[in-house]
Amino acid sequence: MTHSAALSVEGLSISLAGRQILKDVEFEVAPGEFCALIGANGSGKTTLLKAIVGLVKPDSGRIKVDADGSGGTSVGYVPQKISLDPHIPLRARDVVMLGLDGARLGLPLPSRARDARVEEMLQAVGAGDFAERRVGHLSGGQQQRILVAHALVRRPRLLLLDEPLANLDVRSVAEIVALLRRLSLQYRTAILLSAHDMNPLLPVMDRIVYLASRCAVSGKADEVVRTEVLSRLYGYHVDVVRVHGRVVVIAAHEPEEIRAALARDPVHTAEIP
Amino acid sequence: MRVLGLIYAPGFLSNGPVHTALLVGGGAAVVCAVVGVFTVMRGQAFAGHALADVSSAGGSASFLLGLNPLVGFLGMAALAAGAMEWADVRDARERDLLTGVMLGAGLGLTALFLYFASVTGSATGAAITVLFGSMFTIPASIVPAALAVAGVALAVIAAIYRPLLVSAVSEDLAQAQGTRVRRIGLAHGWALALAVSLSAMTVGAILSTALLIGPAAAGLRLADRPGRSLALAVLIGLLATWGGILLAYDSYDWTPGHGWPVSFFIVVLVFIAYLLAALLARVRARGVSLRAVHPSGCGQD
Repeated sequence: MTHSAALSVEGLSISLAGRQILKDVEFEVAPGEFCALIGANGSGKTTLLKAIVGLVKPDSGRIKVDADGSGGTSVGYVPQKISLDPHIPLRARDVVMLGLDGARLGLPLPSRARDARVEEMLQAVGAGDFAERRVGHLSGGQQQRILVAHALVRRPRLLLLDEPLANLDVRSVAEIVALLRRLSLQYRTAILLSAHDMNPLLPVMDRIVYLASRCAVSGKADEVVRTEVLSRLYGYHVDVVRVHGRVVVIAAHEPEEIRAALARDPVHTAEIP
Repeated sequence: MRVLGLIYAPGFLSNGPVHTALLVGGGAAVVCAVVGVFTVMRGQAFAGHALADVSSAGGSASFLLGLNPLVGFLGMAALAAGAMEWADVRDARERDLLTGVMLGAGLGLTALFLYFASVTGSATGAAITVLFGSMFTIPASIVPAALAVAGVALAVIAAIYRPLLVSAVSEDLAQAQGTRVRRIGLAHGWALALAVSLSAMTVGAILSTALLIGPAAAGLRLADRPGRSLALAVLIGLLATWGGILLAYDSYDWTPGHGWPVSFFIVVLVFIAYLLAALLARVRARGVSLRAVHPSGCGQD
């Protein structure tokens, strides 16, 4: 199976500025699979995605991305919270076009084939209505669609999205999730999407990669999101609670940590009865 | 001919210094507009101004040494642009500070060189020329070199046009596409150095920012596509520069014996163009938001 995976990560360790972020992370994403990368803030999700794109150099380990045969990058990437500047004179359409040839040198020449591909992508992400508008003036959900189209227009085998659901309203979250599921089936693109809340993704995910304590476990959601599996990953007891079809992982022992911190600080202890 | 006579004083088009001013000024306006659009998009307007001030140190040194002023302006600006990109400060505040300190150092050197130039008396009026420009005193011999510099700057921008756009949207996006953003930044920095030295030579180091930022900012406000923003910026820059030269030439008739400085007119025209563009953009935005407040298919209709 290894040779046909869209993405395989083996023994990946990364440290930034002397701090270990990821240790011995291993997982695979099969072609066309929808994979959720779940973890708390600071658990290394962004670093992992950046390493796969090649923006961060790992200390050790291997990252193999299935090449698409056309040369060039076969990974589409939607970075975390890009704020599209309203002062930049680019229409939504232009941003998608730059996904196709943005790294090329020289001036762009008119091309019907290119325009058709851009148009198809705009329709595919449901951006036909605002394709001509300045991208900085679009709503968060609309901008997210355009960034997805920008990343997908070269038809990569793997699409990485870093917290694409953060800062979106409930309806936009549902729409983007449904859109991504449809696109991954339509183009047979594997998706690795990071989020701190797995609930909106539960209906669509084929696989979950759960990051905690610098390590990762991966598998089907109901195999991974279990008290004993996650407790082993975190290194202390966590509770996985299901409420009305939602999953909550109670991992933080914050009250204890805060009491301990207060106890270490004599000024504050004095004030606490 | 009579109608034209109302617009420009006789002899305008047959005057040698005017020819040179139109050519060099036009070249500077085009290059500044094109480079400026990207400089503004990248949020480096202040860096553009600092480069001009540093380049004035080179300009004044070349006065002192009797060199071609273009060499002085260009050398210093290219050095400073390289240093700024090499320092690679990402934090916006820190970059502002570095830029400000560099600007001060550049003007300090300028003060020193101009003082020596005035003491030795080798170049009268050097201070005004370096700091505020004097287009009608540009030697005709400089035209080919100036146009070549303009051509190189335009070629650099044309080469990195698309990566520049993507990295203006997000450096992460550009890098993910395989673009080396630091090289793109450096190439833009050098194009900026070329543009700024040309403009420092024409409208002077202190005023060169107006030519770099004004037309670009107006173009960015008015058009929604990069190509159109560039075309508008070029048009505004050219009109302001040539209009300024024309008005300055005409001004010899207003106050007999001495004309008004060209730079003044150019900067005023750029300012007016920017005001008009901002006004127009605001009126247009209001039109859009009115439509947004009353969308169709929302309850009552």
